[in-house]
Amino acid sequence: MQWEVVIGLETHVQLQTKTKIFCGASTAFGAEPNTQADAVSIALPGVLPVLNREAVQCAIRFALAIDAEIGRRSVFARKNYFYPDLPKGYQISQYELPVVGKGKLTIQVGDAEKTINITRAHLEEDAGKSLHGDFHGMTGIDLNRAGTPLLEIVTEPDMRSAAEAVAYAKKLHELVMWVGICDGNMQEGSFRCDVNVSVRPKGSDKLGTRREIKNLNSFRFMQQAIEYETRWQIETLEDGGTIHQATVLFDPDTGETRAMRSKEEANDYRYFPDPDLLPLVISEADIEAVKARMPELPEDMKNRFEQEYGLPAYDATTITSSRGMADYFVAAVAEFGGEAKLVANWVMGSVAAKLNEEGKDIAASPVSPMQLAGLLKRIADNTISGKIAKDVFAAMWVGEGDADSIIEQKGLKQVSDSGAIEVIVDEVLAANAAMVAEYKAGKEKAFNGLVGQCMKASKGKANPAQVNEILKNKLAG
Amino acid sequence: MSLTTDDVKRIAHLARIEVTEDEAQATLTKLSGILGLIEQMQAVDTTGIEPMSHSQDVTQRLREDAVTETNQRELFQSIAPAVENGLYLVPKVIE
Repeated sequence: MQWEVVIGLETHVQLQTKTKIFCGASTAFGAEPNTQADAVSIALPGVLPVLNREAVQCAIRFALAIDAEIGRRSVFARKNYFYPDLPKGYQISQYELPVVGKGKLTIQVGDAEKTINITRAHLEEDAGKSLHGDFHGMTGIDLNRAGTPLLEIVTEPDMRSAAEAVAYAKKLHELVMWVGICDGNMQEGSFRCDVNVSVRPKGSDKLGTRREIKNLNSFRFMQQAIEYETRWQIETLEDGGTIHQATVLFDPDTGETRAMRSKEEANDYRYFPDPDLLPLVISEADIEAVKARMPELPEDMKNRFEQEYGLPAYDATTITSSRGMADYFVAAVAEFGGEAKLVANWVMGSVAAKLNEEGKDIAASPVSPMQLAGLLKRIADNTISGKIAKDVFAAMWVGEGDADSIIEQKGLKQVSDSGAIEVIVDEVLAANAAMVAEYKAGKEKAFNGLVGQCMKASKGKANPAQVNEILKNKLAG
Repeated sequence: MSLTTDDVKRIAHLARIEVTEDEAQATLTKLSGILGLIEQMQAVDTTGIEPMSHSQDVTQRLREDAVTETNQRELFQSIAPAVENGLYLVPKVIE
């Protein structure tokens, strides 16, 4: 039988606020345990939550970024369950009326585009951390993280492969960083995904029973976990077994998923509106205020790059795949003032390759956009050839200075003096009689060989167009 | 809708409240009384009335995103049953 996998994601995005969602305690990462756990965070009796304006604005930003409906009146609810890192005995979340409604995100998988529908996104507070170290058989609790604002973003079960799920997660990851609501740091848990996976016979329109893979904080693990889970579910069904709804964890060491707890007593969170919090009302003016401060969205920027700079769709998409790359490109284009396509080629080529090789972010690129533009100017005005430019770039990368000083110091200036090039061509022709004979016998390829020899003789500095022309004339004569 | 003592015990378990058979029985009577009241209220025609999620018809005020709390860990932990290295210690939790 042919099987189809059906995937939906729930992503917890930690919002980039200075303080917690319901109190003025700091959210800075890495503080000493419980030093950022105030009376509200540790749930002392009598405390009251007061909603953080910035968290609400982050939610509006996200809604605008995915073209979603904004819940003009949303309600906070208590989700009741017991766990020591949740000292109130409930998590404040949103249930029936979330702040962000239906929206969509378009992903690219291979050459195909696909739209993933987002069901909703709601504001909620994070829990603390349980540490299962050596505490005389006890568990240690750090409540610094308790109350950190999260936006939980839920999709429809629209994805049909691990590749699509990862493409969606990556796109979402870039988008939340792009609009400045999340630092995107996956190691620190700022962006965590729960993935719902089920399988069904291909062609069926009924959903299979799903299992939820919890807390994936790397795209690679996500891919592996979904692939393993899909295989496991198909094998189980083909062996005549049934799938039971469960929460599973992915073990990176074994590459397997395993059930965390069976839901024999299905979670009953007994949601109800939190009487400590009033309904959140978002006005048109609130939305307009956020809109005014929104950066240009990647999709709009991509379209603009195609129209304004004449970039091919592929280039425009690649360059707008991250805010850092787009900013770099725009800065370099502005400084260069020449053909934007040349800038795009270098940003996607040498710059991206080097960054990738060294595992660096573009913001930390040793060659600044200004420096890159300086190099491209010298290509554009024929001071150096594209080939020599690669060497200059490599020198810039290791900190040898700006393009102009490197070209000067290393004597890389292109030779465009036709007299000097003629001398080189004559020497090459004299030394390569065999090739000349081949060319004259009709072997076109021999010409390229001769050009190569000339370039080599000039140490790559001869203007290639002039070499071509002079060589052609001499051979014809 | 009628409640059974099993429902009461389940609700008590979800809230981690220990109840004896007698207490379950007594709670059953009280909870059924409350459900009776709700049933009565549900009989009222509310067509066209927007539901409220809070008893007061006011909206949430927002707080500026500025740190106002200082570290008071020593004070808070002075009433905790067990602490170590700044952590609150609780009976072992097993996943």
